[in-house]
Amino acid sequence: MIEYRSIAKTYDDGPAAVGDFSLTIPSRTTTVLVGSSGCGKTTLLRMVNRMVDPTSGQVLIDDVDVATREPVALRRSIGYVMQQAGLLPHRKVVDNVATPLRLAGVHKKEARERALVALERVGLEADLARKYPGQLSGGQQQRVGVARGLVADPNILLMDEPFGAVDPIVRADLQQQMLELQQELGKTILFVTHDIEEAFLLGDQVVILRKGGVVAQVGTPAEILASPADDFVSSFVGLDRGHRKLRIKEVDGQQVVVDEQGRPTGVLAP
Amino acid sequence: MTWVRANQDRLVDLTWQHLWLSVLPVVLGFLLALPVGWYASRFRGFRAPALSFGGVLYSIPSLPLLVIIPSIIGTSFLDPINVAITLTIYALALLVRTVADAFGQVPAEVLDSASASGYSRWQRAFTVELPLAGPAMLAGIRVASVSTVSLVTIGALVGVSNLGSLFTEGFQRYFNTEIIVGMVLVVALALVLDACWVLLGRVLLPWARGKVV
Ligand SMILES: Nc1ncnc2c1ncn2[C@@H]1O[C@H](COP(=O)(O)OP(=O)(O)OP(=O)(O)O)[C@@H](O)[C@H]1O
Ligand SMILES: [Mg+2]
Repeated sequence: MIEYRSIAKTYDDGPAAVGDFSLTIPSRTTTVLVGSSGCGKTTLLRMVNRMVDPTSGQVLIDDVDVATREPVALRRSIGYVMQQAGLLPHRKVVDNVATPLRLAGVHKKEARERALVALERVGLEADLARKYPGQLSGGQQQRVGVARGLVADPNILLMDEPFGAVDPIVRADLQQQMLELQQELGKTILFVTHDIEEAFLLGDQVVILRKGGVVAQVGTPAEILASPADDFVSSFVGLDRGHRKLRIKEVDGQQVVVDEQGRPTGVLAP
Repeated sequence: MTWVRANQDRLVDLTWQHLWLSVLPVVLGFLLALPVGWYASRFRGFRAPALSFGGVLYSIPSLPLLVIIPSIIGTSFLDPINVAITLTIYALALLVRTVADAFGQVPAEVLDSASASGYSRWQRAFTVELPLAGPAMLAGIRVASVSTVSLVTIGALVGVSNLGSLFTEGFQRYFNTEIIVGMVLVVALALVLDACWVLLGRVLLPWARGKVV
């Protein structure tokens, strides 16, 4: 369990990036922080592994304040996946994935073997392992990033817009794969995105943020759609744009689901 | 040609002398520039003074320096060490900016992801920042290397023998062949050294093929 308690963060001489943020993230579930650019998502995410220290308030992992943990050791125990994959350009793919293990003192040979397993798990072929990251496509690099996040089998996985830089088809593919992996592995995942569709697809719990890290609403995707807290949330999740408001229309004895403009989007299963 | 053959041994000696007078300052200058440049790239307040200091060093004329250094460190005027020290100062001055810029170019997201993976500060500096700054630093070293090879010839003016001695002698004796041979050898040495740096880059930075010309 990860717990934010009255977190605030002000970067030197700036306005408050995060004002007063509290949240509980249950173990073995996926929580998605969603909000527009600059609202403090990355700042909040990085407080968990102490890449950012809060100006006030506490972050607790299983009731232990992370401020009491040594940052380097803490980071080694938490997986991190970021937007541009952030792979080391001078290390081969397999060594990139093995990095967290090597840093934790695992022997080179074993680290590489486990890296190959992790690469296979995210659907990458073994012959890519010997290449440098620059020789891979954006989607492949992103998978390598996920493999690196998972390789040391951390309990917690932090993901900062991991699929933000790939095209929609590859993104859909990566999202599906993530759902399958999570089903299998049951990690505590804190996921950041500005894409509400992605948030609803992946999140058990979704947190909608306004500027300054202010929580607009917390809930399951269904709860948020059923009763949006205010106009900001309605607009953010697209309830004001029509494609979320669906009706059932009878066509040739079939129940067809149509949106506000009457465009069909599917059929009701019997 | 006959002159070359007659003086073969001396030409070889001068070339070796010239070689180490060129390589040593570049290597030393780089090793000194490395920590200074790294620090300048990481701490903004230190960058401007470090770079201005480099500029000032570079603007000191070389002949007075060649005369002053022996009196400071107590070597004889003819000692090649004076030339080596002078050129080290120039290489340092030239490379501080290169090194600072090279470290500055390392992408922030790579540094973030290295930290997130659990690299400690020093591990990151040596095993991530240093190699990734490598291609840009190598480019700077190549420039410093070529310019040092030609600067070494100034040593001949104060009596430290190297390929530049062929120029001074050639002028005194109105003997063009000697001057031309000297020039050819200096240029050839610069090219060979440059090729060595490129080769070193290929070996040490195999991932940067295409980035290191
Ligand atoms: N290192 C920093 N120094 C100063 N200000 C910062 C720093 N990092 C973030 N900020 C500021 O804090 C605020 C929140 O930034 P943050 O990166 O957390 O936003 P975000 O929600 O992740 O945005 P994005 O979706 O664009 O990634 C922004 O106004 C940003 O300018
Ligand atoms: Mg961000």
